Amino acid sequence: MEKRRKLSDHIWTIILALLAVAYCYPVFMILINSFKKERAIGTGSIFKLPSKETFNGLAHYVSAIESQGFLKSLGFSLLITITSVAAILLFCSMCAWYITRVENKFTKALYYLFVFSMVVPFQMVMFTLSQTADKLGLNRPFNIWIIYLGFGAGLAVFMFAGFMKSIPLEIEEASMIDGCNPIQTFFLIVLPILKPTLVSVGVLEAMWVWNDYLLPTLVLDIRKYKTIPMLIQYFRGGYGKVAMGPMMASIMLTIIPIVIVYLAGQKHIIKGVAAGAVKG
Amino acid sequence: MDKALKKYSPIFVLPTLAAFIIGFVVPFVQGLYLSFCKFITVDNASWVGTGNYRYVFTEPSFRHAFGFTVSFAVVSIILINAGGLGLALLLTRKLKGTNVFRTIFFMPNLIGGIVLGYIWQILINCILSLAGKPLLALNSTAGYWGLIILMCWQQIGYMMIIYIAGLQNVPDDIIEAAQIDGASDLRTFISVKLPMIMPSITICVFLTLTNSFKLFDQNLALTSGEPKHMTEMVALNIYNTFYARAGLQWHGYGQAKAVVFCVIVILISLIQLTATRSREVQQ
Repeated sequence: MEKRRKLSDHIWTIILALLAVAYCYPVFMILINSFKKERAIGTGSIFKLPSKETFNGLAHYVSAIESQGFLKSLGFSLLITITSVAAILLFCSMCAWYITRVENKFTKALYYLFVFSMVVPFQMVMFTLSQTADKLGLNRPFNIWIIYLGFGAGLAVFMFAGFMKSIPLEIEEASMIDGCNPIQTFFLIVLPILKPTLVSVGVLEAMWVWNDYLLPTLVLDIRKYKTIPMLIQYFRGGYGKVAMGPMMASIMLTIIPIVIVYLAGQKHIIKGVAAGAVKG
Repeated sequence: MDKALKKYSPIFVLPTLAAFIIGFVVPFVQGLYLSFCKFITVDNASWVGTGNYRYVFTEPSFRHAFGFTVSFAVVSIILINAGGLGLALLLTRKLKGTNVFRTIFFMPNLIGGIVLGYIWQILINCILSLAGKPLLALNSTAGYWGLIILMCWQQIGYMMIIYIAGLQNVPDDIIEAAQIDGASDLRTFISVKLPMIMPSITICVFLTLTNSFKLFDQNLALTSGEPKHMTEMVALNIYNTFYARAGLQWHGYGQAKAVVFCVIVILISLIQLTATRSREVQQ
């Protein structure tokens, strides 16, 4: 019995390994082709490794960085993601605390409104939202976080409130009796307890904002500001033949930082996703 | 405590509330109103009553987009959840290299829909041309299955993580008790593990359902609706109604479609949540 179990485990490991290779293949294909000369990237030769004649070194990467404004887009994407996630974490945790600790009709209605906003498809508000953002001047990379705060509030408040219900009230009451005002209580007592949830919410919202395409396309002025997803879409939507080499190099340049961040913080990211689902 | 906190309500609630009103409440209410109007910008709307809706329900491309979305959603929900649960079962057996596999299977989630769609477009087009078949732009069957493969590739890893968390929460003593009673692996799975992970199934089906219905980026990047709107899903159909056509009436039609879409997504989510919630057992 024990031996048979072992054998089947080996078979499963081999199957999983094959599946893992297949999983990596699409990205691997882009990677090898980004090192080939332009004429060697065709339907017939796309599955071949670069040879001595077709190897192009880092030339496509250099041209992608130099010509397509890649670094600028990287900067915009970073700026938007960091400001939006920071604002969501700070303001939504404060709001969620108020909603869970002060129980009245207003907070209850607000809570259900936040939950409702999570289900509504973006197409419902995309046109009116872009017009509102234009009118209020919220259409630049340094203040678009206000829009993201409003649109990301649903998930964040929902997850924070779910966790806060499990924090014993006594801890907070004790700190109030000791003379803390609510602001001190929140930042000195509640926020440190909230740390695991802050990581979960931060991971989920960062994945969303970083990869979001439609919202920044509609809100930002595309001639001046392109985030990375906008750059990729703009690049291939252009007229004439798309240069495949620099295109693939750009794709790799967008994937590599994500993979590095993921490998560095994968424990938190995977935990964050799992915890986020349990709260739902 | 209530009273002390209430005094500080502007500090705690106002920033989020103000952004929420700007980013969601106002656009939502305006959107509802504008679905009954003819307009180019928000300020020059003129009331047309239910005319937009009457048009929308008879438009063939919108109906087709709905049918396409539903058939895509059904197939992808089944495949993604079966795949995610299958991988989760394998990765909770303490096999060698479990952590490496988990890392790899989750990775595609971090890549955005636009980039993913483009990667798969290149790959699928190459395979199709080697097989002598028409490329994605002319081949709606390949577009449909391409979207499904792409979504499986992206989402199975995410659902796997949630199922792993669910399976790890099943207490060991219950499984041991089942095994002592002589239950086979399959029996243990069906009669013990499956009912215990019902909350994970609820959330995974909910996530795959809403993701499939709202799918936009991947659809735009992989097929962008080609050929002739045959692979256009509802979200992309609404987007194209707004931005790809000239004429006074189209914004109103687009907004009415968006309202119909919104109502359907909410209804389906509610039905699904109540249906699977009722099967959950208390631990």
